[in-house]
Order: sequence, then C-alpha cells, then structure tokens
Amino acid sequence: MALDTETPERTSLDTDPLAAGANLATVAPGVDITTIDDQTMIVNMGPQHPSTHGVLRVVLELDGEVIVRATPHIGYVHTGIEKELEYQTYLKGVTLTDRMDYVSALINNAAYTLSVEKLLGIEVPERGQVLRVMLMEMQRIASHLVWLGTHLLDLGAVTVFFYAFQQREKLLDMVEMMSGVRMMPSWIVPGGLRGDAPEGWFDRAKDFCDDFPRAMEEIEALLNANPIFRERTQGVGVLSVEDCLGLGVGGPTLRAAGIEYDVRKSLPYSGYENYQFYVPTGQFSDVYDRYRVRMAEVLQSREIIKQCVEHMPGGPINVDDRKIVPPPRVELDNSMEAVIHHFKLWTEGFHPPVGEAYVPLESPKGEIGFYIVSDGTNRPWRAHERPPCFMNLQALSRLCEGRLIADVVAIIGSIDIILGEIDR
Amino acid sequence: MDQTVPATVEERLEVQKIRAAFPEAILDINTFRGDTRILVKREYIVDICRLLRDDPDLQYNFFVECLGVDYLEYREDNTFDGYLPDGYRFEVVYNLYSLPYKWNGVEYGKNHRIFLKVPVPESDPVVPSVIGVYPGSNFPEREIFDMFGVRFSGHPDLRRILMSDDWVGYPQRKDYPLGGERVRFPGDKYGPAVGEVPVQHPGESFYGKTGDLQGEHYDRTRTPTPDKGPGTQLPPARKPGE
Repeated sequence: MALDTETPERTSLDTDPLAAGANLATVAPGVDITTIDDQTMIVNMGPQHPSTHGVLRVVLELDGEVIVRATPHIGYVHTGIEKELEYQTYLKGVTLTDRMDYVSALINNAAYTLSVEKLLGIEVPERGQVLRVMLMEMQRIASHLVWLGTHLLDLGAVTVFFYAFQQREKLLDMVEMMSGVRMMPSWIVPGGLRGDAPEGWFDRAKDFCDDFPRAMEEIEALLNANPIFRERTQGVGVLSVEDCLGLGVGGPTLRAAGIEYDVRKSLPYSGYENYQFYVPTGQFSDVYDRYRVRMAEVLQSREIIKQCVEHMPGGPINVDDRKIVPPPRVELDNSMEAVIHHFKLWTEGFHPPVGEAYVPLESPKGEIGFYIVSDGTNRPWRAHERPPCFMNLQALSRLCEGRLIADVVAIIGSIDIILGEIDR
Repeated sequence: MDQTVPATVEERLEVQKIRAAFPEAILDINTFRGDTRILVKREYIVDICRLLRDDPDLQYNFFVECLGVDYLEYREDNTFDGYLPDGYRFEVVYNLYSLPYKWNGVEYGKNHRIFLKVPVPESDPVVPSVIGVYPGSNFPEREIFDMFGVRFSGHPDLRRILMSDDWVGYPQRKDYPLGGERVRFPGDKYGPAVGEVPVQHPGESFYGKTGDLQGEHYDRTRTPTPDKGPGTQLPPARKPGE
C-alpha cells in the first residue's frame, strides 16, 4: 500500500479571494479594511479537554485557524515522586516508579531496578532475566494497545478502543495472575523478581501469542484502508530527523522518521541480544507512520514473548544474596537467620557503594532510565527519571506549527504522552 | 554492555578532544562501572557541547537529558585550586549520547555515552544554557530551575514548569522539607500541619536529611492563614528534633 508523501494542501488558505485579486467591495461589502488587524488569537486547550489525555494544557496562538505556536503547560499532576524517592529505601522506591508511567509500570520498575543493580554490581540469573523480558514485552504491548485505543478514540473511531482493550485485558490478567495486581505490580525489584510465574502462566502466554496476530489483523482491517483515518493522519505532524535528535525525541516517534534505532538493539540489557526481532521503521515521520510503527512493534514484542516461552530456562530467579533479596516465606518458619535478614532488609535495606549509575532502556515511548546518585546509605541521594514523554512533548510546538486545530488532537495522540510521567 | 568504551579514561577520545580544544576546562574525571563523568567548568559547557556534537569522530547528536543534584552538606569542600572559592552545592549533569543510525546510506553516530557535570556554587547559581546547541535542553533546564533554583543564562523561556508560577522555594533542594504544605479542605479548614502528624518510626521524618525545616528557601508564611474558628488555626512551626 502506497503512502501519500505530500502534505495535503490546505485549500482554504490558498483560495483567499483578496490575494487572487478580487475586488474588496464584492468580497466583503461594507467592511472597512482598516479595522481588520492582523493580530493572532490565543485559544486555551485543556486541561479538561478530552483529547489531552488527562491534564495537559496547550495554549494555542492562532492566525485564523492555523496554529502559529503551541505552548504546552504541564505540572497539574506533579506529585514529587523524585523527591519522595530520596526518602524511601531502594526496595520501597520501586513502588513509586509504578506511578510515573502508569500504563507501562513494569518497564519503569525495570529501569529503576537496573540502575540500582548497576550500583550494586549484581546480575540476575538467567531465568530472572527471561521472565523480566517477558513481562516487559507484555507491558509494551499493553501500553501500545492503550495508546491505540485512546488515540483512535480522540480521532472519533470508537470501535478500536474495545478491540484494543480486549487484548490488553488478557495481558493484565496475566500480570494479575503473577503479581495479584493489574496495573501497579512492582514485580521487578533489585535482585530479581518478587516471585516466579504461577502454574499455567506460560500456557496462557502461549495462547495469547497464538491469538494475538489475528486480533491485530482485525484492528488493522478497520484502520489501514479507512479513508477518514488516512486523511486525518497522513502528512500530519511531520518531524524531521534533525529535530527528533536535537529535541531528544525517541521511541516510535524517532523510528517513524526512518531511523532504525532501538535501545534493545544498540545497548542491549537483560539479555535482549539473545532474541530474534527486528526494528520497524517508518518513512514519512507523520502520524500515520507512527501508527504503523507501533502496530509492527507489538507483533515483534509478541515474537519475543514466544521465544521466551519456548526457551524458558530453569533455575533461580533471584540473585543468591540474602542482603539484597528477602528470604522465601518457607525459611522464615525455621531459620532465625532468615528472620533477621527479612527484618533488616525491610526496615533498613541495603547500602550500595558511593557512585552514580544510569542504565538506558527502551520504554514504549522512548529511552527511559534512572540516574541514581548513591551516597552509600540505604536511600538514594538523588533519583531522577529520564522521562521519555517529557522530552517528546517538547516537539509539540514544532509538530503543530502551520497545522489546523483539528490536527492538534491527532498530533498529541501520536507522540503517546502519559501525563503521570511528564509531571511525576 | 557497551563494548566500544575503552578501558581507561585517558584513552577516551572525548577527553583527549576536550583537553586539546580547552586545556583549562576539565576539573575532574571519574569513572564508575564503565561510565565516564567529566567535571567541567561552567563557562565552557556550551563550547564543549558544541565540540562533542560537531566533531566527526564523536557525533554526540542525541541530547538524552540534563538533571540537577543538590549536594548540600554532603560533598567535601573542593575548591579546585581556587576556581570555586566557596566550594559548590549543585551539580548539573548532562547526559549525551552518540546515537547510531543510517541515513541515505551514510552511517552516523558512534554508540558512545558521556556524562558532563557542571559544579554550581550556591552564591551564584547560574549556568549557560545549551539550548543553542541542543534544543532538547529546553524542558530539562526549566525543570532544574523549577526544582533547584539554578538559572540558565541565555534560556529564552526560563519559567517554572512543574510547580505553579507563584510557588515559593525550590522543592528538590535538600533543605526543602517533604510534605511541607497544608492541605485545604472545604469550609476553609486545613488538614494537619506536618508538625502535628505523629512520626511513626524513629527513622522516618518529614524533615530533610539535613534536618533543617526552617531553611532559607522554605517560606511558611506563604500558607494562607485565615482565622475563622476551630480547625483553622495554624500551629507554631515545629523545631527540628522537637
């Protein structure tokens, strides 16, 4: 299927009768042209606007219906998570990272955890790594499905929302089966995972992998050839490669610009170098290409999950260090040492050496990573998240310039922002 | 993970290039678990960023982020031979990445990562903005200004970004207490102040690690103080350790 390369013409602007040399008296009889000024108009969008994903406020400067400047105002759900992290021990801090990007909580857990593990200088056993990869890829699919449903809801296509969330529920059910929680599992912790997969979990994952491509085909059949969807997305919100790199825009938005870059490929973590998958890219860097890139990405994530299930190794999931990982419940009944370890770990925690660590990960939105400064105590001196949505939002003004108001809705959706992570 | 990073710091091309171009700029270099962090003088930060971005052997084309760190009462006083007479309190950390990609058949980027750190004294918290080199530093620099009060000279739009515009104080500073705001309920009543909430465990405290509630940047008078019957009276500020 060929994509339209040209930006659609805005005929309403080009057919200005005055510019074409028409007589003013015939176009607007009785209007004194000296009273018409060329000032721009300021229009406020949000924070209650349904397409702004919660609490994003955009101040639009308009020339007629064309956007001159779009200024995002953020901070409405700022909760000071980074400040709070400085007051929690490393193990307890994991639960706060869930609340940042709440639709891909496990990837936030993993980002925080990998930085702490780099500080500690430990590496998780193979089974733990494969389970982590599996959970992260399931979370990536779930996050992209939330994006798909809400983005299309913004554009007026209600049906896709139900199809996408139907599949997402299957993934969240699996996360719930393992951790007991659907959205805020805090399951990936320094030293490994909180627990192993329950019985029958891998079979469900396998069933999901078998059914998923057909479900995605159904969704794509609704959209790919849909003339309204294509009209609203093709050629809209184009961002050049230079802008992407300079503004720190990553993830599917960068890949839609034609750059084959993925942290999982260039700086593999958690054993991603062992999996067969490819990095889908777009060509025209518009809203439609970002949609295509994400649709291709979820199928690649499904490939990775399939490989995880097929090659799941045995053995422990946690590092063999009682100073970092709490002892299993069984040991608490008959080992005084286990009780001491348990108590020390949950009250005092562990003390990483003095140093600073940052591990980049590929989140569904772009590069994520925690910059953690350790002063040698049981709490981080400073923990800062590199928020992909925050960086992607910087491109909003560049994306909207020269477009119409109706395009803003499509553009905000296309960069996949989660305000919980932007405001933190 | 990153196989391209050489073993020793001095071998790294970035350090050699910066030394060659700006012999005075580097204050200190440290490595930890394979990452290199270069402490540079703040007046050189824009030039160094431009050098790292434009040099064909380095190509630091991707601005990952920049963040602030407050080292109040933590770091030993290091004046760097008189460069910072009073030592420094803040650090701004720039995280730069040479993103590898292929464009029109040409390969760009070296898959390197470098951390530049700029020490900032408390008496004069100003750093030149790198927004001219990396437009992506716009929001992160605003966030550092918002949270730490470090100003960026040359930034065209240096406003608060996460806190409201009329906010007093800089919340991420170590002398700004956690939970210092009273919550307003309907009927002009206020929730308990921090001092009224019983501290559950001896290890837990609402006060910062420095234990200084009455830091100079924390203004308690900002809280509205309507005196309208029971439940609205503000208690006296609690002294640390009380």
